[in-house]
Amino acid sequence: MAAPPSGASLALLEKLVAALNAKGLVSETEIAERQAITDRASPEIGARMVARAWTDPEYYALLMRDGKAAAEAAGASMAGAPELGVLENTPKQHHLVVCTLCSCYPRALLGYPPGWYKSFAYRSRAVREPRAVLAEWGTQLADDVEIRVVDSTADYRWMVLPMRPKGTEGWSAEKLAAIVTRDALVGVAVPRVE
Amino acid sequence: MSAATDAVAPRFAPGARVRVKDDWPETRGPCHIRTPHYVRGRLGQVVRPLGAFPNPEDLAFARPAPRRQLYHVLFEQPPIWNEGKAGDTVMVEIFEHWLEEA
Repeated sequence: MAAPPSGASLALLEKLVAALNAKGLVSETEIAERQAITDRASPEIGARMVARAWTDPEYYALLMRDGKAAAEAAGASMAGAPELGVLENTPKQHHLVVCTLCSCYPRALLGYPPGWYKSFAYRSRAVREPRAVLAEWGTQLADDVEIRVVDSTADYRWMVLPMRPKGTEGWSAEKLAAIVTRDALVGVAVPRVE
Repeated sequence: MSAATDAVAPRFAPGARVRVKDDWPETRGPCHIRTPHYVRGRLGQVVRPLGAFPNPEDLAFARPAPRRQLYHVLFEQPPIWNEGKAGDTVMVEIFEHWLEEA
């Protein structure tokens, strides 16, 4: 986890909020609402979306066509959220999401980004040596799998749709959702059957 | 996708070869740009238009922000860094005014 903000940062934040308030650009209520939406979100929403896409062809089609609508259908609050794009892993292609410019992250369905996602190390290395990064995560890909790094630079947020692992035939959506982790939705890991 | 596609029709179609402008506005003064340094001047291929969005370069300074087409553009990874595995790629969201025909 990242270190707690310093007193100086908090003082600066307070002044910024006061200035935005004074200009009528944002209210305390709006800030509290946005925080509540992010607090409510958790990787469980993303996991539910993946498990449903694996088991329900109509939902899969919706997810690939309109990520925001699919997220709403899974219980995420997408009002005011950026567009949601879905990156489907295949036997020949693995996606890894990074935001090299800042820390863009699909908060509406995964909650707050983990500290490592915002670190300079991850942001600079994921885009340059993704295979080394994945290896450090213990994520082994077959030699013929191409890696596509997706740099989240603008108005979309991206989630990975991982491949359903072998050995999960006949599993319920609930059981499947339990093996889809936050890290698999970012692409640094893949779902595993223990 | 539900992104607004009004205002401007995309200039580039999926598959178009493009070059990212080799431009460095940060050397000329304060700015906010969403085009990473490592793709500037690089050849890429349009994957698809993503819709039109208010230009963040204006939004950041509270200026009127006309909608600009945004694209997913694909780059081969090894030529960018002079290392890496052939076939690996980087896909980046880039606004149309940063792209030229290649």
